[in-house]
Amino acid sequence: MKYNFVDNKNRKLMTGAEVCVQAAFDAEAKMMYGYPITPATEVFTGWIKRGGAYLQTEDEIAAGFAICGAILAGQKAFSATSGPGHILMQDAMSMAEGMRLPFVLIVGQRGGPSSGTVIYSQQEVILSCFGGNGEGLRLVYSPSSLKELYQLTRQAFNDAWQYRFPAIVLTDGYMLKTRGVVSLEELKIENIPPHQLVPEDKVTHWQNIYTFEDDLYYEINSAKEDFHKIADEIAKAEKYLTADAEILLVAHGIVGAVAKEAVQELRKVGIKAGMFRPITLRPFPKKELDKVCGWESVKKVVVIESALGQLARIVRDQLAPEIDVSFEYLQKPGLGIEVEEIVKFVNK
Amino acid sequence: MSDFIPAKFCPGCGYPIALTLLKNVLKKNDLLAKSVLGLDIGCNLLAWNFLPISTFQTHHGRVVPTMVGFKRARNNSLSFALVGDGGAYAIGLQSLIHAAKRDEAITVLVINNTVYGMTGGQTAPTTLKGQKTDSHPEGNPEEPMMGPELLKNVVKPGAFLARTAVNEPKQLMEFLEKAIQTQQAGHFSLIEILSFCPTNWKTSGMETIKYLDEKLKPVFKLGEVL
Repeated sequence: MKYNFVDNKNRKLMTGAEVCVQAAFDAEAKMMYGYPITPATEVFTGWIKRGGAYLQTEDEIAAGFAICGAILAGQKAFSATSGPGHILMQDAMSMAEGMRLPFVLIVGQRGGPSSGTVIYSQQEVILSCFGGNGEGLRLVYSPSSLKELYQLTRQAFNDAWQYRFPAIVLTDGYMLKTRGVVSLEELKIENIPPHQLVPEDKVTHWQNIYTFEDDLYYEINSAKEDFHKIADEIAKAEKYLTADAEILLVAHGIVGAVAKEAVQELRKVGIKAGMFRPITLRPFPKKELDKVCGWESVKKVVVIESALGQLARIVRDQLAPEIDVSFEYLQKPGLGIEVEEIVKFVNK
Repeated sequence: MSDFIPAKFCPGCGYPIALTLLKNVLKKNDLLAKSVLGLDIGCNLLAWNFLPISTFQTHHGRVVPTMVGFKRARNNSLSFALVGDGGAYAIGLQSLIHAAKRDEAITVLVINNTVYGMTGGQTAPTTLKGQKTDSHPEGNPEEPMMGPELLKNVVKPGAFLARTAVNEPKQLMEFLEKAIQTQQAGHFSLIEILSFCPTNWKTSGMETIKYLDEKLKPVFKLGEVL
């Protein structure tokens, strides 16, 4: 077989971490606050090696709050973290949710609970989507390829600054450490510029804690309305061979890429499988899922994930209750999932 | 914006004194417009609309790293962190030590009233030994923590550390001026301000002042710590 590796001079061999760093530079991020943690460390060190402004803080709590401070001053600041660091970062994420700060965080999931394992899982889904003492009014993107990791990181900065919700690019150590050929030059994305949330020319007093329950109730409802208004625009899913699907595989991130291959294999043996991959977990592409699951052909939904039902919980919650489909679950907490396993599971 | 907004602090609280003196110093030096005041959580959150300068509330123990991020992003600002003794020396101590060690160009104002005021008078890192509190009804078994003295071990040349009291307005204003000059020169500054808490000390007006003068001042030495 003949390969042509030079057909596009913009193609590069990059790791996921390098892709994130490139996306942050291209998004015109100006500052990174971070703390080393496997498997997200290379996003931090990669940013530093390329000359990005940074501060290595005493912990992820300080990194998170320094980002909040930078954002209040109008600076595009971000961080990358994982597992135990992600838990600490949720303190600041919660403030970002409460004050509607455009906080961008790249999460490289590792196994949990506790320090778990250091490279891979899909166990930080609930933490990303609903971490903190709030209502989950944040944007969570789950890429399944290096190219999508780049696009969604750029989009996270743009959506965060345009709509003022905190944004998490939820990936994992496999993706961050994977080296692959990517062509980023052709992806032209306009940047949303930052703005000063505490303006230099005007006195502002900004509350984050309220004396009266009614005041907080008003704030949350107003944020909820804004979140619902942008949900249709931001929520995205990839659908693959769903038109006549009888068995619908639902998976996100790199498991989504595996599920897509499994659909091809299942079709070869005559099983009408299709795939639905949520690209955004918050807001969830609910309308599209309802549409696909509402088709008469779909008899069964198989939710596949490297976690004990974190995606499944969201899928069941979001699916319209009147849609009558049965559910099955392939769950491997903290383990990678291979095409053959999915085929075997469905074709049992 | 009017200069004066009625205080939401308890009657007899020391916070409004410290804040009003801060405002006077900023006004005198024409620095109100450049100033930003970040608030921790605790009684200091009540200062959110007390002064004619930009303010925002953060989380408990987190105002120091927030102002680190703010100042680094807006270098021409005067960035103040207002924090209680618990926020500074207990839950936020790790960040405070590292901000001081890195010589972050922010000014930290620690209000030391020896108790967690907002939650009803529990033991703070600064509670006097033997002092009865809501969480140590038999008396605090520990010696109080000396914040500025602790930080003296980590700060770089050019930093400013001091302790004063709300009933020492001349010294407080002098220290505020020095802290501002320190920040403008690019260095870390912290002033611990001994303050009144009649609500949790359960003292009358005269007793409150006497308590601060006779119980606190002999333990917490006033003056520059560097």
